[in-house]
Amino acid sequence: MSFDYDKYIRPGKLPHIWCPGCGHGIVMKGLIRAIDTLGLEKNNTAIVSGIGCASRLPGYLDFCTLHTAHGRAAAFATGVKMAKPEMNVILVGGDGDGTAIGGNHFIHACRRNIDMTYIIMNNNIYGMTGGQFSPCTPTGAKASTTVYGNPDPAFDVAKLAIGAGATFVARGTAYHATQIDKLIVEAVQHKGFSVVEILDDCPTTYGRRNKFKSVIEMMNRLKDVAVPVKAAEKMTAEQLEGKILTGVLYKEERPNYTDEYAKVIERAKK
Amino acid sequence: MAKKVAFLQGNEAAAQGALYAGCTFFGGYPITPSTEVAEVLSIELPKIGGKFIQMEDEIGAMASVIGASLTGAKVLTATSGPGLSLKQELIGYACIAETPVVIVNVMRGGPSTGMPTGPSQSDVMCAKWGTHGDHPAICLVPASVQELFEETVRAFNLAEKYRTPVMVMPDEIVAHMRERIVFPEPGEMEVINRTAPSVSPAEYKPYDTKFGDVPPLAAFGTDYRFHVTGLNKAEDGFPTTKAALVQAEEERQVRKVEANVDDIVTFEEYELADAEVVVVAYGSTSRSARFAVNEARKQGIKAGLFRIKTFWPFPDKQIAAIAGKAKAIITPEMNLGMCTQEVQRCAQGKASVSGIFRVDGEPINPGQILEKIKEVK
Repeated sequence: MSFDYDKYIRPGKLPHIWCPGCGHGIVMKGLIRAIDTLGLEKNNTAIVSGIGCASRLPGYLDFCTLHTAHGRAAAFATGVKMAKPEMNVILVGGDGDGTAIGGNHFIHACRRNIDMTYIIMNNNIYGMTGGQFSPCTPTGAKASTTVYGNPDPAFDVAKLAIGAGATFVARGTAYHATQIDKLIVEAVQHKGFSVVEILDDCPTTYGRRNKFKSVIEMMNRLKDVAVPVKAAEKMTAEQLEGKILTGVLYKEERPNYTDEYAKVIERAKK
Repeated sequence: MAKKVAFLQGNEAAAQGALYAGCTFFGGYPITPSTEVAEVLSIELPKIGGKFIQMEDEIGAMASVIGASLTGAKVLTATSGPGLSLKQELIGYACIAETPVVIVNVMRGGPSTGMPTGPSQSDVMCAKWGTHGDHPAICLVPASVQELFEETVRAFNLAEKYRTPVMVMPDEIVAHMRERIVFPEPGEMEVINRTAPSVSPAEYKPYDTKFGDVPPLAAFGTDYRFHVTGLNKAEDGFPTTKAALVQAEEERQVRKVEANVDDIVTFEEYELADAEVVVVAYGSTSRSARFAVNEARKQGIKAGLFRIKTFWPFPDKQIAAIAGKAKAIITPEMNLGMCTQEVQRCAQGKASVSGIFRVDGEPINPGQILEKIKEVK
C-alpha cells in the first residue's frame, strides 16, 4: 500500500506555492515520512519557519505551525521549546533565511544545544524575491544581484553548525529522496540541537541563470556531487575534489539546554 | 495582617509586578538601564518553575517571548531605546499575530546609543509608530516605583485581554529610583488571564470574529492545533490576500484598542477644578510638575496638573476638555516635543500650548516649570 501523506496535510491547503521542479516538496514528503516513522503526536509537535519559499512549508502540515519573521525561526522556536520542553519542535527554512538574516539565531541555537531539529533547504539562492545571491551561492555563480559572477565565498552550512556547537549534523539532497526521512528521523531522535541540510534546487531563479538546461540536469548535479561519508573514507583527496559529503557528518552527546534549565529550576527551588 | 512593605528600585518593582501578574517566561538581552528587570527574574522565575532565557540579541529576545506566549505563558521582555528599535520588527509581528506580550522599555537618551545612563522620555512616539503598518498601541508611563509595579500588572492584564503587545515605559529616573512600595496581597489587584476557546478543536479558528474583536487564543501543545503567521490572515489564521478580508482584519486589530479607550486610558487630575494653567506631564517629569503646581498655588496662581498614565491610546478627550476650560497648557518633557504635539492636536487651538524640553540627560526641575507657569498665566 502506498504511503498516505494526506494524513498529515491540512485539508484545503494544497496546492503549494512551489514552482515545478523545486525540491522543497520532496523535502516536505521526507519530513512527513519521518514524522510518521517517529510517531510524533500532532498536538505535541510544533513546526516553525522563517520567511521564504521553504518557510511556507508549515502551513501545509497539520501540526502546531508557526510561520515567523525572516530569519527568526530559531529564536521563536527557542521560546516555544523553553516554555514547553515536552513539545517536539522542528524548524524548516531556506539557506538565506537561516544563515544570513537568521545567522545569529542559528549559531546560538547550535551553541545552546537546545533539543530541536532544523531542516535547512539549501538551494543556493533567495528564490521568493527573484533570485538574489545568498550566503550559500557558490563563488562565481550568477544571481540577479551578481550578474558579473558572485564575488562572495559561500558558507558550508554543516561546518557552520558543527563549529557553533550543534551536536547532530547531517546532509542529504533532494535527489536522494529516500535518505531524507532517515536523516530527519535520526536527527529528531538525537537529544540536542540537530541540523539537517538538504541540498536543494531552484530551477526558476538559480538554474536558468546558471546554464542548467533542465530540472533533470539540476537534480543530476545533486546526484553527481554527493558522496556518502562512508564511501568518502575510501576515496583520495583528488577523487573528492568538488564533491559534497552526505549522510551523518557529526554526532556528539552533550547536555541539552532544556534539561540543563530543569536543573537550574531544581537548584533555585532549594 | 500587616502588608508587605519594601524599599525597592523601579526596575525591581517591574519584575515583582510581572510575577504578581502571573508571568512565567522572560526572554531578554542585556541593556542599560533595564538590566535589573532581567536580573531579578533570572533569580525569581526558576523558583516558581518559570523560565528565564538570555537570548543572543534583542530581536531574538522578542521572538522568544512571542513563541513562549503561543504556548499559553504570560511573557515579558525588557529593554531600552536601541533595543526597542531592534524589537520593532517583531512588535509588529505580535500585533498582527495578536499575541499577548509585555515589554518594559526604560527610556534613556537617544537616538542610537545616545546617553545610556541618562533619563529621557523620547521613546513615546517609537512605542506607537516604531513598527511599520497600521497596528494597535498601548503604552503605560508610570511615575513612581509603586506605580511601576501596578502598571506592570495592568500591562499584563491589557495584553491578555486584548491579545496585543503592551509597553510599560518608565523613564530612567523612575526605573532606577528607590522608593517605599506596598505590595498588594494576592487577589487584591485584578489579574486577567486570556480567554480560552469555548469551541471544540475541530471548530476552532484563532481569529474567529464570532467571538468579537478579541477572539480566544488557544495554546500550542494542547488539543488545539492552529497556524500563526505574520502575513495578513483570514479568521482561520492562514494567509490571505483577499481585499475585503485584509481590510476587515486590519481594522479590527486597531479597533480592539480604539473602541476600548475608556477601559485602557488612565490619568490623574490634580487641582484641575478651577485651573487656568494646566501642566500636562508624565513619568518623573510629573513629579516636578506637581511640586511646581503646589508652589504656584501658594503664590495665588490657579495651576493644575493632568498626569498622563496611559500614553497610548492618548487621552484625547481629556486633553480636549482641558483646552476648552483652561487658558494655557504647559507640557514639560524629556524630549523635543513629542507629547506636546499630541496635546496641540487635541487642544485644537483652544488653549495655548507651551513646551519645556530637555534632552541633556538632566531632569526637568520644578523651578523651570514654575517659571513657565508664571510666564503664561
